[in-house]
Amino acid sequence: MITKRIIPCLDVRDGRVVKGVNFKGVSDVSSPVKLAKYYSDSGADELVFYDITASFEGRALFTDILCEVARTIFIPLTVGGGINTVDDFDRVLKCGADKVSVNSGAIRNPSLIYEAARKYGDQCVVLSVDAKRVDGQFRVFAKGGREDTGMDAIEWIKQGVASGAGEIVLNSIDTDGVKKGFDLEMLDAVCNAVNVPVIASGGAGGVADFVTLFNAIPKVDAGLAASIFHFGEVEIKDLKQTLYENGINVRR
Amino acid sequence: MIAIIDYGVGNLFSLVSSFAYIGKDAKLTADPEEIKSSDRIILPGVGAFADAAQKLRDSGLWDVVCEEVKSGKPLLGICLGMQMLFERSYEYGEHEGLGLISGSVRPMNEVVPSEFKIPQIGWNSLKFHGEKSKLFKYINEGDFVYFVHSYHGCDCDDALIASTEYGAQITAAVASGNVYGTQFHPEKSGEVGLAILRAFCEI
Repeated sequence: MITKRIIPCLDVRDGRVVKGVNFKGVSDVSSPVKLAKYYSDSGADELVFYDITASFEGRALFTDILCEVARTIFIPLTVGGGINTVDDFDRVLKCGADKVSVNSGAIRNPSLIYEAARKYGDQCVVLSVDAKRVDGQFRVFAKGGREDTGMDAIEWIKQGVASGAGEIVLNSIDTDGVKKGFDLEMLDAVCNAVNVPVIASGGAGGVADFVTLFNAIPKVDAGLAASIFHFGEVEIKDLKQTLYENGINVRR
Repeated sequence: MIAIIDYGVGNLFSLVSSFAYIGKDAKLTADPEEIKSSDRIILPGVGAFADAAQKLRDSGLWDVVCEEVKSGKPLLGICLGMQMLFERSYEYGEHEGLGLISGSVRPMNEVVPSEFKIPQIGWNSLKFHGEKSKLFKYINEGDFVYFVHSYHGCDCDDALIASTEYGAQITAAVASGNVYGTQFHPEKSGEVGLAILRAFCEI
């Protein structure tokens, strides 16, 4: 049987991983290559690199780093952040990315999903959505969750999948950073709306939240988190062991 | 030298990197002479069958690959590269394959129950069939590999060396003589994948 995926997300600025703690055996936790290797060795099923660089120079550093990671880590790599054009897809795919995640770029230009999917295949295009409850509706937010687009998240996601998005990352702004668990209600609504893999993001505070996630919403394919892995609050090895003990199928 | 056939499909950065990582000399090439002088051949592939088959024909490498295989050179097809080894594919119509493996490629939704998502994306485990293949020398049954696909190899029982369970038995790997194919991506399957590539280099 196919396994549930555990995906750490690394924020990269000017070629370095942002924030983080000292892991045992990792001498430089801000080195994307060393941290990626650590996560991969710990059993991460996939890695997401999120480029939060603003400058052009930083962007070039990011692709250099990506190439370096892809030369040493042989698990799927997803890249997000600053993806606005098909050329941006090209830029990161050439450096070893397997999937590219679009968010604000697709809101500004929805045909980006279709164009990229047609050129690189649906499996390559990940639609990442920041959503928040507004007036009893799940609303899409842009610009890192700062701007209400007025769009209905479920409709936006359905439209994205119809245009060729092969996977959805659903980040609930309501649960993000609260560390009290994933947004099960929102995830359930999305999982019932589309038939492509859905990756849960936002709200993981500990191992138990992943167990709850996969038990409550069996249709969810993966759990993504940044800070709990990054700050060493949850070790991926322990997480997978606990999931396994709770009857959830994982790669071990 | 391992020749990775470069016929304009997919992203081959990781594939080239994975051979470098295990210390094997692999080269992306579309040069018939280079392919003829190689020790073994990798046929990669991502995307649509008809488009890839056309590109392989247009590049003039279709016949080169077939001839090299007939001369006994080991070949490994990966993902769509594996599917192209079959006699035909029913992906959007009917298209002729290389015919190096008996069987056809069909949509997974014909056999996979509707609650399973298509494409299959993610890590799934291997079940071996027949005598353990040389390709699996360094791995064990039950090991996990990474799949991304919507179509699968069918009617290939004689060549089936591994399957995976996804609501139905799905072809994971095939072999016939010196021809090998994996539906999954060894270059994205961590240590297990690298061990498969290493074993292929020793066939």
